[in-house]
Amino acid sequence: MRKINPNSRRILFSIGILLLFNLSTMAQDDLLEMLEEEQEPESTPVSATFKSTRIINGHSIETRKAGSMEVIIQHRFGRINSGIENFFGLDEAYIRIGLDFSLTDKLTVGIGRSSEKATYDGFLKYKFLEQKSNGGFPFTATAFFSAASDTRDRPVEVDFKHTLSYVGEILIARKFSPGFSLQMMPVWVHRNLVETPEDVNDVFALGIAGRQKISRRSALTFEYYYQFNNTTDSPNYNSIGLGIDIETGGHVFQIHVTNSRGMIEKEFIADTDGDFWDGDIHIGFNLIRVFQLKRDGKPPKPMEGY
Amino acid sequence: MAILPYVSVAQQYKSTESYIRFFSDAPLEDIEAVNEKGVSAFNVETGEIAFSIPIKGFQFAKSLMQEHFNENFMESDKYPRATFKGKISGYDQNKSGWQPGTANGTMNIHGVEKELKIDGELQISDGNVKIKSVFPVTVADYEIEIPKVVFYNIAEVVEVTINFEYAKN
Repeated sequence: MRKINPNSRRILFSIGILLLFNLSTMAQDDLLEMLEEEQEPESTPVSATFKSTRIINGHSIETRKAGSMEVIIQHRFGRINSGIENFFGLDEAYIRIGLDFSLTDKLTVGIGRSSEKATYDGFLKYKFLEQKSNGGFPFTATAFFSAASDTRDRPVEVDFKHTLSYVGEILIARKFSPGFSLQMMPVWVHRNLVETPEDVNDVFALGIAGRQKISRRSALTFEYYYQFNNTTDSPNYNSIGLGIDIETGGHVFQIHVTNSRGMIEKEFIADTDGDFWDGDIHIGFNLIRVFQLKRDGKPPKPMEGY
Repeated sequence: MAILPYVSVAQQYKSTESYIRFFSDAPLEDIEAVNEKGVSAFNVETGEIAFSIPIKGFQFAKSLMQEHFNENFMESDKYPRATFKGKISGYDQNKSGWQPGTANGTMNIHGVEKELKIDGELQISDGNVKIKSVFPVTVADYEIEIPKVVFYNIAEVVEVTINFEYAKN
């Protein structure tokens, strides 16, 4: 038979004392501590990975709750290196006006019109995975599909189908901390008709974007799209954007600098002709106003007997 | 010594249902949110009471307002719960029907603690306790910043309604 050595007996004794001590602290029954212990940390969907449904030029993974409508006015001035005669670009204006409707909490449809190339666009956006708090699912993923029609007057008449372009994109984002979020987005851009024989119809790109809050209501943002296969003949650069988000109640105001003029995917991802490092930079802003068309439902009634 | 804690546990009640509402009455628009996820414990014998309310459980009519409430005002990722810990006095545990009572204790909202005295009413019957109270909360007391450029007008003092129903633990 093995002898229990005095050391381990002492340990057992200490454990016993500890257990007793534990019981007595439990008996003190601090009600609040008891409640806190009982409340399991819930794993809920993470909200506000980004302040807005747009980061700078491109979309974020965010979709608004069902019944919301967003009015979006996007505006880019001319290039700041265009000199005093063009008032550093402020004489020029490129604009996109858009309306987004949230049909469900996860599905948004949008339409828009851009002054650049007189383009109409429409998109569908569907959030199919959600990041959850407290060790739940690690990221949010949203699928995006858009179609655009370039309705410029051209010297030669083109069929409607030749004015069309399509974009398919998967947006994947994670909110790492209350202040910091990062997003990756593989994109495919298809153009039915390209400008020159050297241009490719299908462009593949990978975007990366992020935000860092600098106060409770403002954040710094960046966005970059790397093109894998676009032509290098005509001026063609990867889209870069740096910005600030400012939130004021029902509005989000985004101010930024970017080398892209267009405000739809097909334009800024595959057709950016400004060299950011050469000063081909546009000052721009997005003004987003959210309207709640349909309320989320009545608040619960008070309990009976009170 | 072994029996004493047992007795106090026997008089301990836990909430089975709750209704917490806050209401802000401001010139531009009234803002209301309701939360049914609060939990509470109450010891009828000693008057000790505690409650804990998950901030994310507040439901607003406008979803964006709810997001702002959590993100900008309450910072609910950092401070997930509002809690109260104190003692109710001035009631008779053998009396039936609604009777007044006063809770003295510490409220913790947005990570800021404040001593409070809350007047309310309670109803004690066999195996069942109900508590109700309506009291004002001054937003600035809890270092909750209301921005000047905001399109939702939030009152500086909001009205909080608390209803709990308890059953014997």
